[in-house]
Amino acid sequence: MLWYIGKRLIQGLITVWFIATATFFAMHNVPGDPLLNERATTPTIRANLEAKYGLDQPVTTQYFIYLKNIVRGDFGISFAQENRQVNDIIREHFPVSAILGVLAVIIAAVGGILWGSLTALYRNRLPDYLIMFLVILGISVPSFVIAAISQLGIVTLNNLAGTTVLPVAGWGTIFHMLVPALVLGLSTMAYLTRLMRSSMLEIVNSDFVRTAKSKGVPPARIFARHQLRNAVLPVITVLGPSIAAITTGGFVVEIVFAIPGLGRFFVEAVQQLDYTVIMGTTVFYGTFLVFMVILVDVIYGFIDPRVRMS
Amino acid sequence: MTGIAAAEFARQASTEHAQTLSRPSLSYWQDAWIRLQSNRRALVSLFIVISLLILTLLGPVLWSVNPAAQDLDQISVPPGRDRSALVVAEYTPWVIPAGTVAELQLADTATTQSVRLQWAALPGAYGHRVYRNLYPVGPERAYGIPLGEFFDNSTLNFEDRLDLRPGTYYYSVVALAENGRPGTVAETLRVDVRRTTTVNEAVAQGLVGSAADIAVGDSLQVALHPLGTDYLGRDMLARLMEGARVSLFIGIIAPFIYVLMGVVYGAVSGFAGGKVDQVMMRFADFVVALPFLLFMILFKIAFGIGPGESGIFPMLIAMIVLLWPATARLVRGQILQIREQGYVEASKLLGAKSSYLIFRHMLPNTLGVVLVTLTFEIPRAIFTEAFLSFIGMGVAPPTPSWGSMSNEGIKTMLNTPHELIFPALLISITVLAFNLLGDGLRDALDARMRNTE
Repeated sequence: MLWYIGKRLIQGLITVWFIATATFFAMHNVPGDPLLNERATTPTIRANLEAKYGLDQPVTTQYFIYLKNIVRGDFGISFAQENRQVNDIIREHFPVSAILGVLAVIIAAVGGILWGSLTALYRNRLPDYLIMFLVILGISVPSFVIAAISQLGIVTLNNLAGTTVLPVAGWGTIFHMLVPALVLGLSTMAYLTRLMRSSMLEIVNSDFVRTAKSKGVPPARIFARHQLRNAVLPVITVLGPSIAAITTGGFVVEIVFAIPGLGRFFVEAVQQLDYTVIMGTTVFYGTFLVFMVILVDVIYGFIDPRVRMS
Repeated sequence: MTGIAAAEFARQASTEHAQTLSRPSLSYWQDAWIRLQSNRRALVSLFIVISLLILTLLGPVLWSVNPAAQDLDQISVPPGRDRSALVVAEYTPWVIPAGTVAELQLADTATTQSVRLQWAALPGAYGHRVYRNLYPVGPERAYGIPLGEFFDNSTLNFEDRLDLRPGTYYYSVVALAENGRPGTVAETLRVDVRRTTTVNEAVAQGLVGSAADIAVGDSLQVALHPLGTDYLGRDMLARLMEGARVSLFIGIIAPFIYVLMGVVYGAVSGFAGGKVDQVMMRFADFVVALPFLLFMILFKIAFGIGPGESGIFPMLIAMIVLLWPATARLVRGQILQIREQGYVEASKLLGAKSSYLIFRHMLPNTLGVVLVTLTFEIPRAIFTEAFLSFIGMGVAPPTPSWGSMSNEGIKTMLNTPHELIFPALLISITVLAFNLLGDGLRDALDARMRNTE
């Protein structure tokens, strides 16, 4: 197991290096001049700035400076916001995105497993049709439309109640998080529900379930011990990529609900062509996602021994 | 061995019956087509997909309105609105009539050209402020937007020419206190504004043949917009059809190319096996690990969009560069399985060459899986385009796409919901149709996935 974890970690580090390299060369290719500002810079200031950022060096040297800084965990200083380190921006805004994302993943996973097993147990009956209809809706309607409609829903709810039951936008309390997290997790939940349904349907007809039934094991125990535990395995495998989908899906939700998360900051940085923030955020997010996937795989390895054997 | 003579053995007449098949044999694709036909959801989806493609190709021929043309008389008009307009004379400055009136009233017919108000000085007023609202003034005194202010009682009239649209407005005149602040005394008037046009405007917009055809006082129909107009007065139907071209172009062409790339890459990797396979798959793993949306955005700014460019091709290339590995992995897995199949071994024993093996046995057998992947990748690409256009990283305006139209529509979703509903509905229907079609194809083509749903 240790060997498996070590192998995955080394693979992860190589992937991070690949991400950092791709980011560097993609950003290097961006047309325009990072030091071209509205304020005219004298040649001296320009030369000083270029020396400071290493822009007067050849690309390969710049690349190694960049790699060295990343290894030291220093993403540099924002070009668009004065006196702000990229590290500070990440430290300030990432927790917001992370809390939202974790909440969304929990909602998506719990909801997906729950609804998926329900549909399988009530196959071709009303609950099945109802849930699968909602699932298809969740897969087909774009997240920004769901976000806007749910905001409208909150306003209507508040108007009906006469007080502020749920805040429409912003950040701060748990009430600010509920609806955005639900919207963020919705499409993943729909996807997991479908997955859970088909894996559950396979398990329901399997031999060991029939054996358990014929032995007289109570249905609740069959469900909890035999069906759920086996059916949940494929859901856990896709949880890693789902975390990636949810984290980046946060862009839209953070914009619509005015949440000060890193996703919104990234979009703003792209619009302002804030080189260091774009590169820093991409590498940071990439690293985060790579290690989340590894974490999920390792957890899966503990649950299902077949994985670490292969 | 006694008792049985050779003569006791009799030859039985052989029947053809045992050797004929009871049903005609079906090829894989015939079988799949029959299965698909029995799936009603998939058939409806197929029908929707085909009509969308026809709409995209033939739409601009059938409804040949320029999607970029602005109809400034009809801005943010929902579909099905009354289109009649009164022909009036050219605007002339208001000659304020002498004399006083008893209360807030119209001095002239209210038209989209101008609304002219007159009122009597309110009791205790040191001046007046004029407001306009789209909704009735409720107990919370929501007067709307202030239009004008007069700090003495010498002016008791106001002409509103600010962005008037046909419909109902609520004008309020509020008394100002001595310090210039609005007091509690107010008067409100409900005004129904009629759409008007002038002879010159009607001719310029091509609503009538020549100026001789109409006269002041006539009524005519302004330009038809079946699905209304957007916030710049552009025809929604024309823009939706133009947007369909953009969205479906990206949504269909990009998956087509990267799925094909994945098939070639995966087939080579799987067929070669060994070290080559390992190296090729490790590279695919790295590309998979790139955070997709971040790199879509990164690549898009890296390619850059020049003035007048729509940004469709950078998006296309970014998608192709980033999304091929999933298909490659899938096809490689399939090829590895098929390689070990009995019929491939048999074919090899009979002396088949590698090219024959690949083209006759391996690729046709992966085709079903590839087709299913393609149908699922199309909605994903459409979503990605819509998502990127929504956060402003997709196609550049004025090029319409369903995503960018939703982005524009969402800002005025309460007052003019049609600007959001139509593009959002089209995205949803398209994605839904491709998803259901993909489900149907998977059930029809992939024997192992059958009957699980």
